[in-house]
Amino acid sequence: MSEVRFTDQHEWVRLEGDEGTVGITRHAAEQLGDVVFVELPQAGRKVGAGGEAAVVESVKAASEVYAPVGGEVTASNSALEAEPAKVNEDPEGAGWFFKLKLSDKAEFAKLMDAAAYQEFVKGL
Amino acid sequence: MTDTNQALKFTPLHALHLELGGKMVPFAGYAMPVQYPAGVLKEHLHTREKAGLFDVSHMGQAFLSGSDPARALESVTPADIQGIPDGMQRYGLLLSDAGGIKDDFMTTRLAGEAALYLVVNAAMKDADFAYIGEKLKGQATLAPAPDRALLALQGPLAADVLERHSPGISQLTFMQARRVTVAGVPAIVSRTGYTGEDGFEISIEGKDAEKVARALLAEAEVLPIGLGARDSLRLEAGLCLYGHDMDDSIDPVEASLVWSMGKRRKEAGDFPGADRIGRHLKDGAAKKRVGLRPEGRAPAREGTEIADKTGRIVGRVTSGGFGPSLNAPLAMGYVEKDFAANGTKLDLIVRGKALGAEVVAMPFVPNRYKRVKK
Repeated sequence: MSEVRFTDQHEWVRLEGDEGTVGITRHAAEQLGDVVFVELPQAGRKVGAGGEAAVVESVKAASEVYAPVGGEVTASNSALEAEPAKVNEDPEGAGWFFKLKLSDKAEFAKLMDAAAYQEFVKGL
Repeated sequence: MTDTNQALKFTPLHALHLELGGKMVPFAGYAMPVQYPAGVLKEHLHTREKAGLFDVSHMGQAFLSGSDPARALESVTPADIQGIPDGMQRYGLLLSDAGGIKDDFMTTRLAGEAALYLVVNAAMKDADFAYIGEKLKGQATLAPAPDRALLALQGPLAADVLERHSPGISQLTFMQARRVTVAGVPAIVSRTGYTGEDGFEISIEGKDAEKVARALLAEAEVLPIGLGARDSLRLEAGLCLYGHDMDDSIDPVEASLVWSMGKRRKEAGDFPGADRIGRHLKDGAAKKRVGLRPEGRAPAREGTEIADKTGRIVGRVTSGGFGPSLNAPLAMGYVEKDFAANGTKLDLIVRGKALGAEVVAMPFVPNRYKRVKK
């Protein structure tokens, strides 16, 4: 059974065992507009919670993607390099950015659940 | 609402932008649509395929009158204003005393009219109008026309669409302008634009703007287009954005805009900053505006440093992004003169990494103006 949590920087992370899959939320994808380029972290890279992990660019602007939780990157979604539009089409599914092995699951527990994130977005 | 929002001005199409789902952002003191629900990418491609309608009412329109307004205007620009034929528009640069570019603007000589019709950039209009008014004092009188709206209809089907609302208008060729009626209201229409496509700019009274916009948007070929796509379209067309690709520290030679200077003017040297500009015309300037094609897919944004292959910084990107029609990143910027030749290999320093790039000729996407066949 997987569980998804969200950050106030509009990333999501889905936890399965001790591995998390990270992407940007539908709200973030809509705000960014058409994604034309992503820069993904390489497997083996260590990132801290809140650290810069990836870059997503629309026609107009570049934005950082932060790691919702700390850990070691295990994989990245190289399909996005050829088809960055997947981020807009399916931001919380096929448009995932990278996976990482969590160094501290307590960081995951501190993030917002889906209901709390929906409330957070409404308040923006 | 913050104070900033309250201070923003609205164009006459503000209510229509909201109705169309425009995402409004502050730009040059106005609330303007950066995009509509279709999004920047689709709006851009639609304009190149069919026709897009842009609200550019934030730009500054004015009429310059006097005994010889063309001669007077030449004291602040190196463009050949006196040589503009009846019914034609011309691009020009407004220069400071030192020869720096204060703005770029369009001048139109309407057939049978003594006054010249001017259009300047939105962000610069107050400064431009004050400057022109002051410099031309006693020779010509500038009357800003803040009650006028300006629409741009751009794209390969723009002429077909506008012809339905202004019969005969498709006979205009590139840079021609005429007083006509559009959708039943009086308008100044020129066959110009800032996208690299064929198209028109339509100046009308603000009170008529919504009527004309609705008539054009009702045509199946037309989508409303926001500032986001306007920027990517002009960048693909190799056109400068004032305040980014040029400013008052830059002269026309450095900006690669010598073509906008009249031949007679270059020979006479009778314009502001003629010493500096004349020297640069003769010997070349130390830096020059060029087009750049980055390798790979990563865009290099404004401010990106440009390095030679030894790692020495030789310039800076002034506009950069992703070209939807090019389906690749593109940029323009200034480089030292020894690196300005087409084909020169350089590096763009993006997030600390050197990405290869090549100096290329502009426009990046061939323009499709309706020129007179010679």
